[in-house]
Amino acid sequence: MSGGTGISLESVDVWFGEGEERVDAVIDATISVPLGGSFGLVGESGSGKSTILRAITGLAPTWSGRISVLGNNLGKTREREFYRSVQMVFQDPYASLHPRQTVDHVLSEALYLHGFKKPDERIIKTLDDVGLGQYFRFRYPHQLSGGQRQRVAIARALIIEPSILLLDEPTSALDVSVQAEILNLLTDLRAEHNLTYLMVSHDLAVVGHMCSDVAVMNLGRIVEVLDVASMRALKADHPYTRQLLEASVQRRREV
Amino acid sequence: MSNLLEVENLTVKFPTRSGMFEAVRDISFSLGRERLGIVGESGSGKSITGRSILRLIRHPGILEAKRIALEGQDLLQLSEKQMRQVRGHRISMIMQDPKFSLNPVMRIGDQICEAYRLHAKASKTEAKRKTLAMLEAVLIRDPERVFRAYPHEMSGGMGQRIMIAMMLIPDPQILIADEPTSALDVTVQKEVLEIMDKLVSERGMGLIFISHDLNVVSAFCDRVLIMYSGRIVETCRADKLHEATHPYTKGLLASLPQLESPVDRLAVLERDEVWRAAKSVSGTITAESHK
Amino acid sequence: MSDIPSLPTPKKQSLRQWLSSDSPTSRRQAKFAAWYRAWLAFRANPMAMFGLVILGALLAIALFAPIISPHDPFAQDLAARLSPPGEGGYILGSDSLGRDILSRLIYGSRITLYIVALVALLAPIVGLFIGTAAGYLGGWVDVVLMRITDIFLAFPRLVLALAFVSALGAGIENAVLAIVLTAWPPYARIARAETLTIRGADYIHAIKLQGAGALRVITRHIWPLCISSLVIRVTLDMAGIILVAAGLGFLGLGAQPPSPEWGAMISAGRQFILDHWWVATMPGLAIFTVSLAFNLLGDGLRDVLDPKKSAK
Repeated sequence: MSGGTGISLESVDVWFGEGEERVDAVIDATISVPLGGSFGLVGESGSGKSTILRAITGLAPTWSGRISVLGNNLGKTREREFYRSVQMVFQDPYASLHPRQTVDHVLSEALYLHGFKKPDERIIKTLDDVGLGQYFRFRYPHQLSGGQRQRVAIARALIIEPSILLLDEPTSALDVSVQAEILNLLTDLRAEHNLTYLMVSHDLAVVGHMCSDVAVMNLGRIVEVLDVASMRALKADHPYTRQLLEASVQRRREV
Repeated sequence: MSNLLEVENLTVKFPTRSGMFEAVRDISFSLGRERLGIVGESGSGKSITGRSILRLIRHPGILEAKRIALEGQDLLQLSEKQMRQVRGHRISMIMQDPKFSLNPVMRIGDQICEAYRLHAKASKTEAKRKTLAMLEAVLIRDPERVFRAYPHEMSGGMGQRIMIAMMLIPDPQILIADEPTSALDVTVQKEVLEIMDKLVSERGMGLIFISHDLNVVSAFCDRVLIMYSGRIVETCRADKLHEATHPYTKGLLASLPQLESPVDRLAVLERDEVWRAAKSVSGTITAESHK
Repeated sequence: MSDIPSLPTPKKQSLRQWLSSDSPTSRRQAKFAAWYRAWLAFRANPMAMFGLVILGALLAIALFAPIISPHDPFAQDLAARLSPPGEGGYILGSDSLGRDILSRLIYGSRITLYIVALVALLAPIVGLFIGTAAGYLGGWVDVVLMRITDIFLAFPRLVLALAFVSALGAGIENAVLAIVLTAWPPYARIARAETLTIRGADYIHAIKLQGAGALRVITRHIWPLCISSLVIRVTLDMAGIILVAAGLGFLGLGAQPPSPEWGAMISAGRQFILDHWWVATMPGLAIFTVSLAFNLLGDGLRDVLDPKKSAK
């Protein structure tokens, strides 16, 4: 299973709008995530880190370059088979669940779309996997807390058994204690299901905890790719990376 | 030293279908000429505490307190009209997102001038001079340009500086900042905090800094109140936050991932019903807490 | 229905407990509980309840018209023509042909409900199809559909209805068709506007990333969110629709005599308005009451159904 390449991007540009109004969100991005690996994209707002995820999933259709997932080059459209293997967890759990659908409905829909048999068993198992239990199965989103909602969103992504999970700031809308629970859950799930993670975050500590390699983005460009050991040792070449590392460590140091 | 603000036995309740929900439960604290941090997770009642000082609890919420005294004057005794004089004039508040606090169809300069003239009865030229000076004070490089700009032309960090300028221009005694930097990037966050810190200490104001971010609060404040489900569970000096004793505070600190000290699994906060039921710790400054 | 081993729930619980449970154990219970919460919110609004009661009464009256009406609505008694209210056993008086106005109003409620039901079923559905398709698909589909909508919107409602009825002939069905033809564009606009805001939501992105096609996203995920605002709008528009139907009846292009349609009744009473006020006033009051009831109901529904509010 592992050993191959999960996701690879080569000289990818992503832009929005055309002509005069064209905005380049990502410029010449090249990254490679090994199968079973965990890769982080770090940057501040507007750096284009989430846009990379959107280009991979097909939500941002205007891009050029080469994106390949599990060895297959991607075109402009995505087959349903693609979504079988790649799923995404969104940033804001308050916005990523349909307000009029119960947890059960959300999960059944995912199973229906991919033609799974015995949906009931699978729903119960997945809810257990994400630590919710069937007690929550027939609740509406407004009857759930932020952390519980994010667990549902993770369950929705996992229930069709993808091999790659794209995580778009999965904990930035949550309290720190809930963040710890969700990050632990994601760590466990990766080990259990042998998943590949591509995680976007503005929080270096979170990425440092979750990922083995990190790409730092600034104004649409990847300025540096470094492994987590050098990040922890604050060994960065690019001044921007150093600035980011300092900002995130300094606050504690000052105390 | 006399306290700027004294809050005694504050309770805020909201009626719901399943009975009264007490968002803040019988808390007392005081504020001197210092930077007081209020930390807690969402739903801990920290923002509501900030709003109750200005008596900004919307119907059907109920605010009860023995006393909320600003320099000895009980704010609970004031009429709504007198209260409007207090808001902005003597106590200002900065919200999380400046986009919602600024009028989108009015030039930034005009908004700040208006805020100033409302309180100072100054002439237009005097107000403009003062506004430009204030924009400079929050380290805006080109105050003339910002003066003529509209809010949507500003970035988040710029917007928050403008809010600070606007809120400080009437020279309030107390500034309440509710998550003022949570929507900002880390590098910008630092700048905004430094600006706020400088202005507040220069003017000898009291600052109430409400945040969910323990690191920011411990680095930036003098004293911290830790709130949990509507109560103050612990109070300590900000620089001693990492020596906190309450299991909740300790649990929060432990659950943060740290870049320099990696762990395989993050500590998960185990909530104890006892914390909920326990009485509030007083956040009032006593002679002892000053030493 | 699901027959999963459910949680050990105490069997003996009241219906209310079952409905207000925060953790339902079956799809059915979750659905009913959601309806129950909406009902509780609706019940808290006295004006809306007032509207609902009136409309409930209207429905009952229409249903039991033969039983409750004191006279035959078509029986003429020329000797007792234009009797004032209360005289000669005519509670609301009689019209120019000596027919009992009350009985005619009671039978007329059937026609009113018929028109209302037909329009309420047709116009919003047409609007929903066109609006959500335009909003979700965007591009040239949006341009074409919305320009068609604009064209229909540009016609004065009554005039278009008039043209339509005169082309197809007078009668209730044609009047209804004419109303539908002029009533759908606003619904298409609302549905499109809603779709545009929903389209960019993360939960729609999420379902797209599950591999759902446009048709499924529109019908299963966008429609349920648009329907509530359409229901509100339809309810609020009902008054206007009743009035247009009455207007067509008044002009002689809707229901034909001797049908006791309320608008036609006002039209017939118009020539006696000065000396025999009740002939035109009574059906006028009926139209007024029902229109008001629909408006109150619509306001109440808005408070309950508005997704922006119920999303918390």
